[in-house]
Amino acid sequence: MLSLLFRRILLGLVTVCIVSLIIFAGVEILPGDACTQYLGEYQADDELLTQCRKDLDLNRPAFDRFAEWAGGAVTGNLGLAVDGKTKISTIVGDRLQNSLLLAFCAMSVGVPLALLLGVITGLWRDRLPDLIASTLAIFAMTIPEFVSATLLILVFSIWLGWLPGIVLTSASAPAAEFFPEILLPMIVLSLVMCAHIMRMVRSSVIEVMASDYVQMATLKGVPYWPTVFRHALPSALLPAINVVALTIAWLLGGVVVIEVVFNYPGLGRLMIDSISDRDLPVVQSIALIVASVYVCVNLAADLLTMLANPKLRTMYMRK
Amino acid sequence: MTTQPFISINGLSVGYTSRAGKIIRVLRNVSLEISRGESVGLVGESGSGKSTLALAAMGYFKRGLRPLCGDVHFDSVDILALDRDELQAIRGGQLALIPQNSGQSLTPTMRIGQQLTEALRLHSNLESGQFSDRVVELLTQVRLPDPAKLVSRYPHELSGGQQQRVAIAMALAGEPDALLLDEPTTGLDVTTQAHILELLRDLARDRNMAMLYVSHDLGAISRVCDRVVVMYAGEVVLTGSARQVLLAPRHPYAHGLLNSIPRLDQTRMPIALDGRPPMPGEAITGCAFADRCALADNKCLTEAPEMVGLSTGELVRCFKSDMIDRMPVSSRQPSRLNRSDDKTDDTALGLRDVAISYAKDNWLQTFLSPADGGPPATVDNIRISINKGETLGLVGESGSGKSTILKAIAGLISPKRGHIMLHDQTPLTPRVEDRPAVNLRQIQMIFQNPDDSLNPRHTVAQILAQPLQLYFGLSGDALHQASVSMLERVRLGAHYLDRLPSQLSGGEKQRIAIARAFAAEPEIVLCDEVTSALDVSVQAAVLDLLDELKTQQGTTYIFVSHDLAVVKAISDRVAVLYQGRLCEIGPAEAVYTAPFHPYTDVLLGAVLEPDPDVAPKLIADDVVELSPPARGCPFQRRCSRKLGAICDSEMPPARQLRAGHVINCHIPADEL
Repeated sequence: MLSLLFRRILLGLVTVCIVSLIIFAGVEILPGDACTQYLGEYQADDELLTQCRKDLDLNRPAFDRFAEWAGGAVTGNLGLAVDGKTKISTIVGDRLQNSLLLAFCAMSVGVPLALLLGVITGLWRDRLPDLIASTLAIFAMTIPEFVSATLLILVFSIWLGWLPGIVLTSASAPAAEFFPEILLPMIVLSLVMCAHIMRMVRSSVIEVMASDYVQMATLKGVPYWPTVFRHALPSALLPAINVVALTIAWLLGGVVVIEVVFNYPGLGRLMIDSISDRDLPVVQSIALIVASVYVCVNLAADLLTMLANPKLRTMYMRK
Repeated sequence: MTTQPFISINGLSVGYTSRAGKIIRVLRNVSLEISRGESVGLVGESGSGKSTLALAAMGYFKRGLRPLCGDVHFDSVDILALDRDELQAIRGGQLALIPQNSGQSLTPTMRIGQQLTEALRLHSNLESGQFSDRVVELLTQVRLPDPAKLVSRYPHELSGGQQQRVAIAMALAGEPDALLLDEPTTGLDVTTQAHILELLRDLARDRNMAMLYVSHDLGAISRVCDRVVVMYAGEVVLTGSARQVLLAPRHPYAHGLLNSIPRLDQTRMPIALDGRPPMPGEAITGCAFADRCALADNKCLTEAPEMVGLSTGELVRCFKSDMIDRMPVSSRQPSRLNRSDDKTDDTALGLRDVAISYAKDNWLQTFLSPADGGPPATVDNIRISINKGETLGLVGESGSGKSTILKAIAGLISPKRGHIMLHDQTPLTPRVEDRPAVNLRQIQMIFQNPDDSLNPRHTVAQILAQPLQLYFGLSGDALHQASVSMLERVRLGAHYLDRLPSQLSGGEKQRIAIARAFAAEPEIVLCDEVTSALDVSVQAAVLDLLDELKTQQGTTYIFVSHDLAVVKAISDRVAVLYQGRLCEIGPAEAVYTAPFHPYTDVLLGAVLEPDPDVAPKLIADDVVELSPPARGCPFQRRCSRKLGAICDSEMPPARQLRAGHVINCHIPADEL
């Protein structure tokens, strides 16, 4: 058990290292560097460029710079942005916090709702509750996020005037100040996420409810709801763990459209902005953070699945 | 005797509404009565509705099914009129079910103890403090070893036989008055099956329970039941005492079914029942069995027979029940009996001291203690040579390594030691990926379950085209011709070419799998439990087909099965394996008659014949050994004739008895 844990953590670290190498290499290969970008608008001459490269320490071999960057990243020091003044860890740190806040809010509404709806639609398969929820889920999944976001803004902030339609709080504000501005983006994200998880839970519940052991529990005289809760759901909800994990990772790095529509200062938008500004140190840092989140969340999900599944648990415990 | 039967099903029809809006009846007007203390066997092919009937007795219908007419009474209670809560109170309490596949019927996320306690909480009057003692008591009652430890185990940690016993214990938790058993021993080893049936017999007798025993296995039925009900196409066609139905059946279908079962005391091939039963919803004008019946005449085709009572007491649905004795019996002699002279001495395949191990080499352990060589190999010391045109049967319980040996020959697992020689000269490359194409063609394999071995998205034409294209480069018309001729050789027509596996019956699927193997024109065909997933009547047809193909082509078979009678019917020579070691090998007749290896004796003793007068001899316990002993005889721990220390320490010598008959045992040849 412990050795398995150790192995998985090691594997995760190796993955992050390889990813960081690829990110660094990718940025190196791009034509131009931070100085041509920074000085570009001043029609830089060679002298200025040389001076700049010397200032930014770009003349050292790539491997040295990678080692320094990676070493810094481990201690939380991500270096300076391309303007040479702002610390990346401050910018990215604020944004990461905001993204975490949004992810947390969306999850705390979306996941319980998804599980509940998934179980209900699975149990009442092909009946009215299922038809309604499944149809809505298809809408939530197929309508592009910016459309549903715009619609919600139209209804709730323009027509009804209940909620602010755009986030005006600055990126570095404390979490409490994001309310109630955060509510609309949170609702849009919960909807999409909820639809995906719900459909998965639904099919899993249907499968387990048709299994021999649920039939046996019924024929053993176990009443309906205890059958559902004791015999069916522990198995039916297991696959949800991995889907939830993937959703967490997606919420932290991949919700650019929502962040842009609502002007929410999260990681995704920072990434896009930095790419268009060619602020490569920031891009590197965000890519590294998102990769680490993926690895951590998946590791946690796998361990949780293993603990929750007696078959896997006994297999590893005995070894 | 009470006037009201304990369980009574009256004129019950069960069906579903098809997509076209038609009502399809799965059970048609079925009546059945069981009194207290009586055990009734319910027999029929898959699809005959026997499981549906058993579940209907509990008021349970699978999704989509519903009762159309008729009623079900249990202890004078109208089961179909009860609401959900009332039903749940009876289910598992007075009326308990033992399911077919306990491995899948026990909840995987709950411990054995929790599942039994749940049954007690629902159906017993015990205080919650008494539950744990009662659980241990129940587990002891079904003769499970170490029950105190077992309660904290999960179902997947038990063997198949143990899971079945847990299911029985769970059914007994509510102290039921009636037990419904849905194929409770299907899929278990012969020895385990025999022991579980004895246990059920004892329980039924001690508690005066009514039992409904659903099975396709007439041997099991004959052991447990007083009365037998035969179903065909959703109808009851014959009821009578076990003796009447099994020894002198008065219905042509039951007659055919009994003839299709291979028996240990027969030398002929079982007789296949040709044709297939009508699907639910198919229009039946006369007798449902008419198109497969040798006695059928015009009346049978146009008029549906009613159940009639015979003077001997049976009820039968047949116009011709008095003519059964005159039914034509066309028994085919197996090829080996009329072919013994043309047997060659050329070796097709030789296993030279083969050892196979699933354990991965742990370099650290090997480095620290190179001497002990790790755990004993799964399969060891296998030295067998198989002649061309011969059929070698491999028998043994699960875990005996018989399938492992097939896998090694097929190249799916590499032997740890030893060689597999083709034609006694070229050692086969261990891994199938490295083998030259000609070797791949020469050795073909047929698997147990055609559902898993045929690609569900390939048509029959695509399935058959693969070997024909790969080995013979056929295409276009030649490919089509060859595919059609392959289909004809497995007695299927050209119209099967564009069907998908899901559109075929179990027997037809297995024929396609056979056709695919034979399309490669192989020298050696490996058959891994090829008839285990099939109904007995279909099994007989598949065995017959395999035998015919062998006669035509001189193919060599290695035939693995847990069914000793099947192996006897088709094999020239038989090898008995235990824990991956050879116990006995010899000509089929010699292995199946005394003198025996003690293990062969145990296996043969546990075989259940469909004859109420034959009782099994249960010699050894049905314990499940997970790994072979490090030294000595593999069977030392279960042997009832163990001599002493020598069995624990030394490999038994190979005792040559008659020509080609070898028994590996320390007991001297004349005492075996």
